[in-house]
Amino acid sequence: MKNIQVDCINENCPVPLVETRKALQKASQGDIVEIKGTHSSSKKEIPMAVKSMGYNLLSIDQNDDIWTIKIQK
Amino acid sequence: MAEKTTIILHSGEMDKAYSALIIANGALAMGMDVSIFFTFWGLERLKKNKLEKGPLSKMNFFGIGKWLIKRKMKKSGVASLNKLLENFIELGGKILACDMTMEIMGIDKDDMRDEVITEYCAVGTYIQEARESEVTLFI
Repeated sequence: MKNIQVDCINENCPVPLVETRKALQKASQGDIVEIKGTHSSSKKEIPMAVKSMGYNLLSIDQNDDIWTIKIQK
Repeated sequence: MAEKTTIILHSGEMDKAYSALIIANGALAMGMDVSIFFTFWGLERLKKNKLEKGPLSKMNFFGIGKWLIKRKMKKSGVASLNKLLENFIELGGKILACDMTMEIMGIDKDDMRDEVITEYCAVGTYIQEARESEVTLFI
């Protein structure tokens, strides 16, 4: 089981969503994908995408301007 | 089978190409299948080195408006059209090129970015894609 880090800090729409999808596509079953970003709509929309694809949303955290979302494939 | 989005890109302007590619990437990222059908002025953007070359649809001011917007986009962390197209293909999006437009505008296959084009086709293929799509857009 791997832990995959995706850095989308200062990236804008639709990059965080797309990079999340790319990371999940490459990940193996059980891997954890951790995305960091600053684009606020993506913080709401990544969980929507995760839900529609049936992956497991582990956590959403906010630290100052930076959010972190953890997903398990 | 995954849900599907089908987009017609009829326009050649930069901002409209952005709309098409952002929506398309968003749909792919949300787990949908996506096709973009490039036709008329939109097809120009599939010629070699032409993706970024469209003017702004408003306030272009002979390219000054476009230059200002591009600069602002870069500052705001907006991806380039080339990067969006690259992602679109990596996520399995399909590029359909209208062969009738090529014929009437005298565009040769050698002028096109053949490596990104999934299929050269016509309205029948678009309808076949659209009839099984949950989302269809004309841009």
